[in-house]
Amino acid sequence: MNIIVIGLSHKTATVEIREKVAFSPNLIEKPLRDLIALDDIVEGVIVSTCNRVEIYATTHDIAGGIARIKRFLAAHHRIPIENLESHLYAYHSEAAIRHVFRVASSLDSLVVGEPQILGQIKTSYGYAAEYKTSGIILNRFLHKAFSVAKRVRTETKIASSAVSVAFAAVELAKKILGDLSEKTVMLIGAGEMCELAAKHFINSGAKGVMVTNRTFERAERLADDFAGEAVRFEELLDHLHRADIVLSSTGAPHTIIGPKDVEEVIRKRRFKPMFFIDIAVPRDIDQKVEDVDNAYLFTVDDLQEIVQANLAQRSLEAEKAEEIIEQEIGQFFKWLSSLGVTPTIVALRNRFDEIRRAELEKTVSGWKDLPADAEKRMDALTMAIMNKLLHSPTSALKQAGQGGRVDLYVDALRQLFDLQTSRQDDDELALEE
Amino acid sequence: MTHFFFSLTLGLYGVATMVYLACLIRTSEKLTRWASRLLVSGCIAHILSTVHLASTEKHLPLTNMQESLSFFSLMVVVAFLIFERRYKVTTLGSFVTPVVLLMLSVASTLHGGARQLPPILQSNWFWIHALLAFISYAAFTIAFGVAVIYLIQRHFLKTKHFGALFQKLPPLETLDEISYRCFAIGFPLLTVAIISGAIWSEKAMGSYWVWDPKQTWSLITWFIYAALLHGRLTIGWRGKRAAILSIVGFIVLLITFFGMKHSVTW
Repeated sequence: MNIIVIGLSHKTATVEIREKVAFSPNLIEKPLRDLIALDDIVEGVIVSTCNRVEIYATTHDIAGGIARIKRFLAAHHRIPIENLESHLYAYHSEAAIRHVFRVASSLDSLVVGEPQILGQIKTSYGYAAEYKTSGIILNRFLHKAFSVAKRVRTETKIASSAVSVAFAAVELAKKILGDLSEKTVMLIGAGEMCELAAKHFINSGAKGVMVTNRTFERAERLADDFAGEAVRFEELLDHLHRADIVLSSTGAPHTIIGPKDVEEVIRKRRFKPMFFIDIAVPRDIDQKVEDVDNAYLFTVDDLQEIVQANLAQRSLEAEKAEEIIEQEIGQFFKWLSSLGVTPTIVALRNRFDEIRRAELEKTVSGWKDLPADAEKRMDALTMAIMNKLLHSPTSALKQAGQGGRVDLYVDALRQLFDLQTSRQDDDELALEE
Repeated sequence: MTHFFFSLTLGLYGVATMVYLACLIRTSEKLTRWASRLLVSGCIAHILSTVHLASTEKHLPLTNMQESLSFFSLMVVVAFLIFERRYKVTTLGSFVTPVVLLMLSVASTLHGGARQLPPILQSNWFWIHALLAFISYAAFTIAFGVAVIYLIQRHFLKTKHFGALFQKLPPLETLDEISYRCFAIGFPLLTVAIISGAIWSEKAMGSYWVWDPKQTWSLITWFIYAALLHGRLTIGWRGKRAAILSIVGFIVLLITFFGMKHSVTW
């Protein structure tokens, strides 16, 4: 049995194509059922996020299976296959396993290391499990992918650093102010970046928000959004001492906060440190504020630098993650290959024969004055019993090999008779689940 | 027995110091836990060594330089372990443990050994004085370590160098809080230590204050920390200047401790 992956992602298709091919989670049951109704597609899972659409399936016939799923995707979304084909990638066997492990570990994401993708795959798998379109192989495959992703997350620092400017601001503030839970944010002026940063600060526990704007009504409106307090622009300096974090992005042609102001404000707040972020161009906050003790001023460029450094760090960590994935592929692939009919029959025969020989040896070795040909006869006898016993399971297995239930039989046999093909790996897999 | 525990302490502190230093370079939960475990084991050995010495000498082991240094470093370790539990500041250990190791190594080279307790030390006021002085010294040592880290971290922030060390060191506010705690504990203890020292001086020599170098430098130390705490309580003084003053205070404290032989003892 082979695992195949067919799909497209932000790397191969523009958003216009991706949104045409996306599956709605509410209507996923029908496509899932249609998918496994395809000829020689045994199991199937559909993953659909805004950055990728992928189908994971198992089949006996790799080339045929891939072609059928490509046609299925085109037909389901009513797109001519010629238009879709060039955006699609297809993997099978080891490459398919590697691809899914990498996707789940967020190595294939637009922002490497972002944590959402794992949850999205889990949800998609949840649907497939609910509608029973995934079976023994994909169940194990995806659980394995989840545990690999977890390993990557804990053993590398791939997701530990901030890769957006707003998030970098929060991280930096924490290095100065420590716990943000009792801290107040002051928003000066309006601007997408500022609001985004303010949201991040609130998510990180910041307690209060003050908003000021040249037009007081706008300040009031924004303050409402944050359940905060609007401050008149003329009274900014009277309220500034209450803010621990100041985010500024006005369109003012000159600076609105100078070093003298900040010195006074800081004295007023008993020298507690203040964190300023100036997003405005030209600047709102005089650069000399940097020299005021207990005031820490950063511009967007500073934050951008942190983000760049973190991204570089992530790509280093990604290399470590790839190594982890390579190890795990080997282990999983061994299990997958052991599911074939022939290796199972061989293993089953070997197991029986091993027992037979051991018992025969035991009987013969303790037996004095054994008739000359008795050993030969006993050997023939036990062999005959063994062959009779094995006959019906073997032929049942061979027959099942042509149908879809073979994996179930093979897995059951391997467990019931304790067949030794990479048993240790199997135990590990079982434990992770 | 004392010697055995002492050597064990030195060994454990040595390993703990290395692990704490490794924590500066590598981020690992495991490493952090082991650093703390090793230091706690060292601390237990240190306590056993101290208790054993006290029971053989039948008084607190604070009567010569070796004993005092050892007790001083024990108090520093205990104080650090308390702060580490409370504030999760492993990196502070990377700065404190080498100092402790150094103090204890110096102590191990000094001449110790039992001797007749001089009659001048046979006063309860002396024991109170010495005990409290060392606890306050330990608090100021931690404050010193914190001030050094504060200045390093502040430098990184002001010059916008956000390297690996910057990521490891604790937030400024946490450092500030620890240093404030240290002063709030250390200063009252130092005050009582100096007063009880004066009373002891009166009992032993008939005068509360004889202006010997030890007493004079103690007073200078006291004034520095008084200024720090006063500034903090009245106008909320903190940051760079407070950190520098804390470092100056610690240097003066070291001069008081090592440099100034008491005119009547040692």
